[in-house]
Amino acid sequence: MTTEYALRMGDGKRIFLTKEQIIADLEDGSADAADLGEIQALSGDEIDKLAEILMTPSRMVGVEPGKEVPVTHDIGTIRIDGDQGNSGVGIPSSRLIGSMMHERAFGADTMELGHIDYSFKPVKPVIAQEMQTMEVCQQNMIVPLLYGAMPNMGLYYTPDGPFENPGDLMKSFKIKEAQESMEHAAEHLTRDMVWIMQRLMSSGADGVNFDTIGAAGDGDFFASLHAIESLRKQYPDIYIEAGMAGELLLGLHGEMEYDGTTLAGLWPHQQAPLAAKAGANIFGPVVNTNTSRTSPWNLGRAVTFIKAAVEASPIPCHVNMGMGVGGIPMFETPTIDAVSRASKAMVEIAGVDGI
Amino acid sequence: MGMPISHIMTSGMSGIRAAGDLVARMQLSKNMRIADAKDYVAKKLEVSTLDLSDEYVMRELRDDLGIGVITSVAGAPKGIAAKMNIEKLLDIKINCCEKFRNQVD
Repeated sequence: MTTEYALRMGDGKRIFLTKEQIIADLEDGSADAADLGEIQALSGDEIDKLAEILMTPSRMVGVEPGKEVPVTHDIGTIRIDGDQGNSGVGIPSSRLIGSMMHERAFGADTMELGHIDYSFKPVKPVIAQEMQTMEVCQQNMIVPLLYGAMPNMGLYYTPDGPFENPGDLMKSFKIKEAQESMEHAAEHLTRDMVWIMQRLMSSGADGVNFDTIGAAGDGDFFASLHAIESLRKQYPDIYIEAGMAGELLLGLHGEMEYDGTTLAGLWPHQQAPLAAKAGANIFGPVVNTNTSRTSPWNLGRAVTFIKAAVEASPIPCHVNMGMGVGGIPMFETPTIDAVSRASKAMVEIAGVDGI
Repeated sequence: MGMPISHIMTSGMSGIRAAGDLVARMQLSKNMRIADAKDYVAKKLEVSTLDLSDEYVMRELRDDLGIGVITSVAGAPKGIAAKMNIEKLLDIKINCCEKFRNQVD
């Protein structure tokens, strides 16, 4: 009788696969990444090592002693006191308590403070509150404490913001006007992110985590790179983590450039050097999970992309491994067996500097 | 909550239980890749890189150096006091410590 191993689909459902099926899916996923990104597929040895991690009979796996890496976070304390919209568990607590719980109860290597909306724009009206909270947290915390938020350029378009929605304009074939709207939004977004971080740096913040950069396309990345560049000039010692929203940077504008590089259509290994050039300390590459594919397929694909990004990056890479990225199933409470296997694979095969 | 804890248990450096915060600081302040950051911190602590994730080694060492321990030890440096000791240990400046000094000078 052929041995089958309990694994997961991209949506988290349990499936059973033979060793041959696992290896075939790993190779297929890796080949897909290599084809799309024009990068090296995983070697036979790397595929075998991945298969070995996936077929480990224990519920949870771990990296070999000495190979541990620091873990940075998105959403921060909101996962404690927030609601389901932020995957929060709804424990009534202050953000100071949430930060200290991560540091002293969970053994977090770093932490971040974030506003309940977790976008930069809504922080502006409550900036004094954020500054005060940052001060109190910094007085009590020992691990690096960043301020985390999403650029979320979509908030700058109608009906939420001042600029006409590029989607509406494009539907009317007003392409030039749509591009101009994105350029205006990017300019305002850069200005807001810099202003907010100026205030938080004056309150003792260690730095900033730009989370889900590029969620609103190439303009979102453009604005973030310029904010990073400006903050690096003003604060040479600021800690900056630049985490992406997806594997492929969508070209909603299509013609935006940074340092002579067109941003539309960049893959993780092409995004990393730009984040470094702008002045980030850590880059957070993303590979999206396909819910209709198996965990070997998704992990083979994700490790291939991330390995290339780690090799191309001049700065440390902390791979994004939340729900639905980095080979983790797209599920609100990802299973521990899947998370630990993906986590170990990223450290031991992709060679990430952190998670 | 289970997901970040799973990552911490699988791959993380355990924060102030061991030396995860110190390695992270070198990545964040000096762009050090993981091997360089571990080497730098290990040399400063006079331990091996393997010891950096070893709670048995780091517990007493952190206590001796006054850089914060995971349990609440009465009278031990915490918060900014611990971070001021980390500044000296790692030869870096930490923003909130600078602000603190400016306010008391």
